[in-house]
Amino acid sequence: MWKTILRRVLIMIPEVIVLSVLIFLLAKMMPGDPFSGMITPQTSAAQMHRLKLEAGLYDPWYVQYWHWVVRLFHGDLGMSYQFHTPVAHLIKSRAMNTLWLSLLTVILSYALAIPLGLIAGRYEDSKKDKAIQIYNYISYAIPAFVVYLLGLWFFGYILGWFPTSGSVSLGADGFWAVFFSRIAHMILPAILMALLSTTGVVQYLRSEIIDAKRQDYVKTARAKGVREKKVFSKHIFRNSLLPIAAFAGYSITGLLGGSIFIETVFSYPGMGLLFVNSITNRDYAVITVLVLLFGVLNLIGTLLSDIILSIVDPRIRIE
Amino acid sequence: MFKRKSKEEKFKDVQATSNLTVIAREFAQDKFALGALIALSTLIVVIFGGSLFLNTSKVMEVSIMDQYNVPGTPGFLLGADQSGRSVLSELILGARNSLVIGFAVTVLMEVIGIIYGTVAGYYGGRVDNLMMRFLDFMLTLPTLMIIIVIVTIIPHYSMWTFILVMGAFYWVGTARLIRSKALSEAKKDYISASKTSGSSDLKIMFKELLPNLSSIIIVDSVLSLAGNIGIEVGLTFLGFGLPDNVPSLGTLIGYATDPDTLTGRPWVWVPASLLILVICVGISYIGNVLRRTADARQRLG
Repeated sequence: MWKTILRRVLIMIPEVIVLSVLIFLLAKMMPGDPFSGMITPQTSAAQMHRLKLEAGLYDPWYVQYWHWVVRLFHGDLGMSYQFHTPVAHLIKSRAMNTLWLSLLTVILSYALAIPLGLIAGRYEDSKKDKAIQIYNYISYAIPAFVVYLLGLWFFGYILGWFPTSGSVSLGADGFWAVFFSRIAHMILPAILMALLSTTGVVQYLRSEIIDAKRQDYVKTARAKGVREKKVFSKHIFRNSLLPIAAFAGYSITGLLGGSIFIETVFSYPGMGLLFVNSITNRDYAVITVLVLLFGVLNLIGTLLSDIILSIVDPRIRIE
Repeated sequence: MFKRKSKEEKFKDVQATSNLTVIAREFAQDKFALGALIALSTLIVVIFGGSLFLNTSKVMEVSIMDQYNVPGTPGFLLGADQSGRSVLSELILGARNSLVIGFAVTVLMEVIGIIYGTVAGYYGGRVDNLMMRFLDFMLTLPTLMIIIVIVTIIPHYSMWTFILVMGAFYWVGTARLIRSKALSEAKKDYISASKTSGSSDLKIMFKELLPNLSSIIIVDSVLSLAGNIGIEVGLTFLGFGLPDNVPSLGTLIGYATDPDTLTGRPWVWVPASLLILVICVGISYIGNVLRRTADARQRLG
């Protein structure tokens, strides 16, 4: 098994390199340079030329790429043009917000999807199952941002149950006050996101359970006289639930992509909103780092899922 | 969020058989699907019929005097937006554009995906391995962000460049699906028979193998169409989709990022939101019915 994991990690290395080259080239195509934020009316063209020469902006692209990678590893991610702070510092403060929101979303999404999947699988083709299937169709097909907007409008403004923007109230003071204020700001976006992200888990669980019902070990259990309730809770569910753990890693891709929409609608200061603002303000240093970060996080997510799957399901281990 | 693996799962049981009578019977059995079909057809006729009488540049003219006219104002049946444009005209033209773009992107991504998938699945072995490695890499890209970045750095940006950019990234799922089906199809006897009799690889792939995947391709196209329309409207909503002078449902919905419009002027954004919900859910539901008909085991009728 360690072999499989090692192989999988090794595959990731060329992927990270290709990804970074791709993003570097994309960054080169963006207008402006690292000095755009420092130019004052007093800067002369000759000075600019000297600065660029010193920074190596006239070198061939692969030399520049190498210097860029070295700087990345030294933690030098450049300066934000818009906020006049180091990009690393800026992203660190925003990343935590996105992380908490994503975590809450994943928890809520599983809390909803697992019971739904279990019910749909156990009572296959019943009224309950059909209702769950319809919910699945709709939550999969619906454009998420429209639901976020309608949710914000109805629950945030009309009913006034939830805060409508930000991540914490300015007046909150003390650990618990801040903690509850944060939860209050996250709960509506997290619920809306979770509601629309159950499709995969529900479908997977449902078909797993329907398959399991016809397996020999289930027949054996029934033949031994195990009660129907116990057949499900002790035998089928336990086997079907394990692979679900692997979905958590795959879900990172969706969560990060989704954070752009949810954070824009709720003005929630995370990485998604930072990305949108940076694009609008042409803050290319921040954009480059964010795209790279999201790309690497996606790779790590897929890696985690593949490893979890190979642990819980030995059949899929590649030799 | 969990959508990554689902495409292949969904098509697990799809058999390569389908015909019109089966489809008709399925729609007769499922009243929801029949309703969705009728509602969508009516909408499409209204949208394309209505857009014949509207002139895009005239509709998009800014007229500050009419800003935020309430619904019912003479000449503004559904009210006016921030720039004093008629919401009704924008709805019709925007929905038409969304449908056309969604359709164009779908055609583009299906063509790329089908060619890529068929080649990988037909040859199998090392070719397949290499091509799949590339697909896996494409799947882990932060697609949405890269599209947004490309859209902002492209000069002379139009509706067609937008279609190309979207098509360039969203073919991956289709390629994976077609490849998995082509892989099992390529092992069948009729393919080996054709090989022995000396047909060229190209002929076998696209004249003999591909027609057997047609029902899967149709179902995938319909489901992708719904998704692509949603993505286009979403990107335009963020401000990174269609150029400003092209009416889009996304622009109308985007006005709602202003809290005053969100709460005080719902006529600007609510109709567009509901319209896009109906279009996406309707098309996708019809796609699901088609998928059921393609799979004999799931048929209702």
